[in-house]
Amino acid sequence: MININEVIETNLMIEKENLDVRTITVGISLLDCAADTVDEVCRKIKEKIIRVAGNLAETAENISMEFGIPIVNKRISITPISIVGASSCRTPQDYVKIALALDEAAEKVGVNFLGGYSAIVSKGMTESDRLLIESIPEALARTGRICSSVNVGSTKTGINMDAVRLMGEIVKKTAEATKEHDSLGCAKLVVLCNAPDDNPFMAGAFHGVTETDAIINVGVSGPGVVKYALESVRGASFEVLCETIKKTAFKITRVGQLVAQEASRRLGIPFGIIDLSLAPTPAIGDSVADILQEIGVEKAGAPGTTAALAMLNDQVKKGGVMASSYVGGLSGAFIPVSEDQGMIEAAECGALTIEKLEAMTCVCSVGLDMIAIPGDTPASTISGIIADEAAIGMVNQKTTAVRIIPVSGKTVGDNVEFGGLLGHAPVMPVNRFGCSDFISREGRIPAPIHSFKN
Amino acid sequence: MNRSIITVVGKDTVGIIARVCTYLAGKDINILDITQTIVQGYFNMMMIVDTGNIADDFHEFTADLEKLGQSIGVQIKCQREEIFEKMHRI
Repeated sequence: MININEVIETNLMIEKENLDVRTITVGISLLDCAADTVDEVCRKIKEKIIRVAGNLAETAENISMEFGIPIVNKRISITPISIVGASSCRTPQDYVKIALALDEAAEKVGVNFLGGYSAIVSKGMTESDRLLIESIPEALARTGRICSSVNVGSTKTGINMDAVRLMGEIVKKTAEATKEHDSLGCAKLVVLCNAPDDNPFMAGAFHGVTETDAIINVGVSGPGVVKYALESVRGASFEVLCETIKKTAFKITRVGQLVAQEASRRLGIPFGIIDLSLAPTPAIGDSVADILQEIGVEKAGAPGTTAALAMLNDQVKKGGVMASSYVGGLSGAFIPVSEDQGMIEAAECGALTIEKLEAMTCVCSVGLDMIAIPGDTPASTISGIIADEAAIGMVNQKTTAVRIIPVSGKTVGDNVEFGGLLGHAPVMPVNRFGCSDFISREGRIPAPIHSFKN
Repeated sequence: MNRSIITVVGKDTVGIIARVCTYLAGKDINILDITQTIVQGYFNMMMIVDTGNIADDFHEFTADLEKLGQSIGVQIKCQREEIFEKMHRI
């Protein structure tokens, strides 16, 4: 039987160490919503989302109350819209209409974000993919809850450099279209390589075509819990350190597994995966940078940071896979800048640079995330950053992503306020040397060789 | 049987257990186990109770306990047992 110390430990994690279920994300296939006219597509989409996820918010509230665990976000991921809209959309404005319909449906079911305004163009771009990508700036400017992602490469296909070039321009246009709000649109737009089909976290969530009709994916978090656990093993060996992280990750994941199964049962939707990601928030004590400091680097970004992060990421996965049979999504440690108070401080004091963040993305679970850069950064430079990240993902067979915000009208030294979970960030300097000749080349970078690995 | 865990945390005072037990008896809820300890100077009590007969009114039950806690000056929470089982048992 459960003893009082175990009860106290669990409740301490929840109340003092920010343990929470970060998101219950319902993945919904919209493949059956394709139609001849845009209006018909919009009608079918709204009907299906409301039918499948209508009880999501209430169910999540009930589970949260009964188990005493906060469930921070209720979200939806959908089939990449470039596929659903292919039969009816003839202009970017047609896609914007769908974005507005999705936004309306998201509001109606009470979710804060809906992901899947997406295109998968890792090898080539259809006309429909291109139209969707061109519609992104306006779609993100005119909606509040829609998240967009574009997958530009994979280990199997190589990198679609035409899409990389286009996305550099789209990121700039999105920043411009949302300049009244510190270019907030870019915080809801991510460019990926090796994007997973079942990721519950925004902005990169979408419901892949390999998935069933509807599925429950749950993202658990808990950087604070790991940080507090590591405080008790200061100065201990790596063996003890790793063991502590694994045990903590196990406990966190088990909570996610429980919530996922309960949500699945109550909503009558099959359980997909648990994504165990240390996802920081701007709240004090809920920081991945703080964990790195606790491991022993003076500030995130100092020498040793990449090794510490590699170890952290791996131990989190090892603890997580023991706790659930279906661990998926991104699972690992996120290193966003604006959403992590420790990262913000490290960037402000000069410990953390974009180049160091790039090195860290080789071993973390995602990529360059929530980084504010000067508004006058050329589109080709943004494409260059995207290409670098995609190359890291492609060669290392991992997901990488770029979510950077070239903040209109702001430059290095300024601060940007996104609000809520998106946080705030200092504008970070970008290498001032260009790469436009590289980016203007057409075609794609071939897939890497899969043998002779040394 | 549908087991839940009630936790009471706060400054120790006369009659905490009595008042919680009186409320539970009024709701016809059986107490299976009671443990208490002092952590960092605070009174911590855990009760394992059978909430099988109030499954539909669980929300009201937890809200009542919270209010009762406020009136005594302690924090009272009620959570279903599975969250602790899952986290601490393989």
